[in-house]
Amino acid sequence: MSELRVAMLVSRVRVEEKLLLTAFERRGVEVDLVDVRRLAFDTHGELTRWDVVLDRCLQQSHALAALRLLEDRGVVTVNPYDVVANCADKVVTTSLLAAAGVPVPRTVVAFSVETALEAIESVGYPAVIKPPVGSWGRLLARVNDRDAAEALLEHKATLGSVAHHVFYVQEHVAKPGRDIRVFVAGEEVICAIDRLSEHWVTNTARGAVTRNRPVTAALAGAALSAAAAVGGGLVAVDLLEDGERLLVSEVNHTMEFRNSIEVTGVDIAGRIVEHTLAAGRRGAAAHHPLSAVLV
Amino acid sequence: MTAATCPECEATVALDAQTVVGEIVACPDCGADLEVTALQPPLLVVAPPEEEDWGE
Repeated sequence: MSELRVAMLVSRVRVEEKLLLTAFERRGVEVDLVDVRRLAFDTHGELTRWDVVLDRCLQQSHALAALRLLEDRGVVTVNPYDVVANCADKVVTTSLLAAAGVPVPRTVVAFSVETALEAIESVGYPAVIKPPVGSWGRLLARVNDRDAAEALLEHKATLGSVAHHVFYVQEHVAKPGRDIRVFVAGEEVICAIDRLSEHWVTNTARGAVTRNRPVTAALAGAALSAAAAVGGGLVAVDLLEDGERLLVSEVNHTMEFRNSIEVTGVDIAGRIVEHTLAAGRRGAAAHHPLSAVLV
Repeated sequence: MTAATCPECEATVALDAQTVVGEIVACPDCGADLEVTALQPPLLVVAPPEEEDWGE
């Protein structure tokens, strides 16, 4: 039995969250399942309810605010605020990776339609444009020529929210019908999968299928370097094969894993729970007041 | 096993014993995504639409 007071922040209970609840239960750990929409934080409160909080929120804005509030008051969070902030925005992620020497596709960030067009021409066609914030392969665009580039940029500038006025332009990598996702917990690679699709977008949310990917030293090294660059923690590193090179395209901080358990044979939920409990035990002594009131 | 009413089409939606608050279920009749907001008694509301910052 654990004496840690554990919570899991959610905004929807998906298959992953149910698997995590079961994994906690198997270890005799009681977990508060907390819907962030029902939370109100009193920054001057006196009650500390939890020692460690596992973030499984879908909304990055909610997750970031909640993690900041908790962490500033000594609650251990998995992932830590900095890791989530570093992974939630692709501009930040790619900047950190490139600065750390982790191989990434050539990426140019521009702040106007004119400079974005120059960036696309500089990267060459086809180019890829991604929203800095977003997941599941949504709103990714492969731009094949200047006509398409001009139209897309005009649409983003006119119809998009301000978040779409930061233009993240990346070289298109002619990957071999798949990308690779590597699951990392702290200093350790848990497992890896190929995500296979005939479409150039290889997210499972867009229909890609998964298969086990043997973890080579090169793959583990690339994934661990990427994880370290964003601050470590519990992450899923997406890599593209460019010939013999491995390029890191994204690092995900609240990964989904339902399609990766059977093909890898790894109890990913169990590993996430073990990582969370270990982080909680390490930080249990650092404890400060916060009132988190369910409303 | 319990059941609740779909707020969209009023069909009966079965909920198994493992259902938890916050889970999304699909109405078998109209296909609407429904969020379980309570279990005793079971209550379903139309699930909020996906937002731009949702993800992993």
